[in-house]
Amino acid sequence: MTENLIKPRDLDWHPQPYAQDYRSTHLRAPAHARLHYAPTSTEMTGPTFGHGMLGEHDDDLIVNYAAAGQSAIGPRIIVHGTLRDEDGRPVPDKLIEVWQANAGGRYRHKKDGYTAPLDDNFGGCGRCITGEDGSYSFRTILPGAYPWPNGGNDWRPAHIHFSVFGDGFAQRLITQMYFEGDPHIALCPIVQSIPDAAAIDRLVARLDMANTVPMDIRAYRFDIVLRGRSATPFENAMEGT
Amino acid sequence: MGDLKESASQTAGPYVHIGCVPSFAGLSGMYGGRDLGASMITYGVIGHRIAVTGCVYDGDGAPLTDAMIEIWQAAPDGTFGMDGFSSWGRQPSAADTGVFTFDTLKPAAIGNQAPHIIVWIVARGINLGLTTRIYFPDEDNSSDPLFALAGARADTMVATATADGYHIDIRLQGPNETVFFDV
Repeated sequence: MTENLIKPRDLDWHPQPYAQDYRSTHLRAPAHARLHYAPTSTEMTGPTFGHGMLGEHDDDLIVNYAAAGQSAIGPRIIVHGTLRDEDGRPVPDKLIEVWQANAGGRYRHKKDGYTAPLDDNFGGCGRCITGEDGSYSFRTILPGAYPWPNGGNDWRPAHIHFSVFGDGFAQRLITQMYFEGDPHIALCPIVQSIPDAAAIDRLVARLDMANTVPMDIRAYRFDIVLRGRSATPFENAMEGT
Repeated sequence: MGDLKESASQTAGPYVHIGCVPSFAGLSGMYGGRDLGASMITYGVIGHRIAVTGCVYDGDGAPLTDAMIEIWQAAPDGTFGMDGFSSWGRQPSAADTGVFTFDTLKPAAIGNQAPHIIVWIVARGINLGLTTRIYFPDEDNSSDPLFALAGARADTMVATATADGYHIDIRLQGPNETVFFDV
């Protein structure tokens, strides 16, 4: 129980809690530093999810909200990669959930009032579970950039939100994936709240022509890394099976 | 292969509900119409059933109405794999009041740790998910190692008793700022 089986998090690598140029952090960033302790059995365990919980099209945002025979509007893309830990080990059987705006930059959410129209055939969420080799893949459409209220002329780069589980709850992570070549990445206060350019670069997916399907759909590669942890499997409860 | 660094966090943003609790977000029928983590007690009730409510407040004292909260806890038998109980729950804060509610079972103590629930908070304006714990007012928390670590601020982790369970107020800033952990 006292042995630290999950590597400490490098808080200088992550975005800082208070970011001057990201206005929403001003009233939501705690003033005190986080108190550190070594993970206990509570943090080293976490929920697990079985492949059996997935529906046939959960990993296909092009069709999973569309009427029969219809599909979402926008450039068709595959987003895929490998989930690893900091020791380079693939992390199998882990739930990845994604959400995003539609091709016009509009979310299907009552709080999003952007001018761009909703797409009747696009919900904007998907999920999958990593394979034995840590691999994951889903199909979607390229999300649009959109303006957001931050006190200025702020536009989010095109992005996909990722929610990722690990073996232990201390590995829990939410991040965002950006697209290679997007000039908004360098202008975005949310992205730039990450102090290290190398850390930002790791959130930028690359066009992957090797996995692009001719005359059909382009591929982008996005690899995700969770905190390093013990190789010892934990006995966890199984959800959603 | 040992030189990889963890992917940097980014805020969950104001639309986290679309991806994590799509039925709450109004995406009718998505994932069978059942949001993951909504039910922790999957059959029967073994142990003491409690409603754990809470609210997260910003630096102006306004409730966060766009947050997502996850909890992870031991079962009443002190394990993380008790039949009929998931140990993991996920709830949005209510869009009007900001209150979140978990229908769960009271956890057992684990070793020298008093009974506790891990709470993980993500929302717009939170760049890296915030982790704290809930402890119970009717338990002896004095020997829990995190109480010594938190010192005078440990009380911010202690819930208050309600008619059918417990309530925790989580404050992101101010004189009673909740203790958050790097763990």
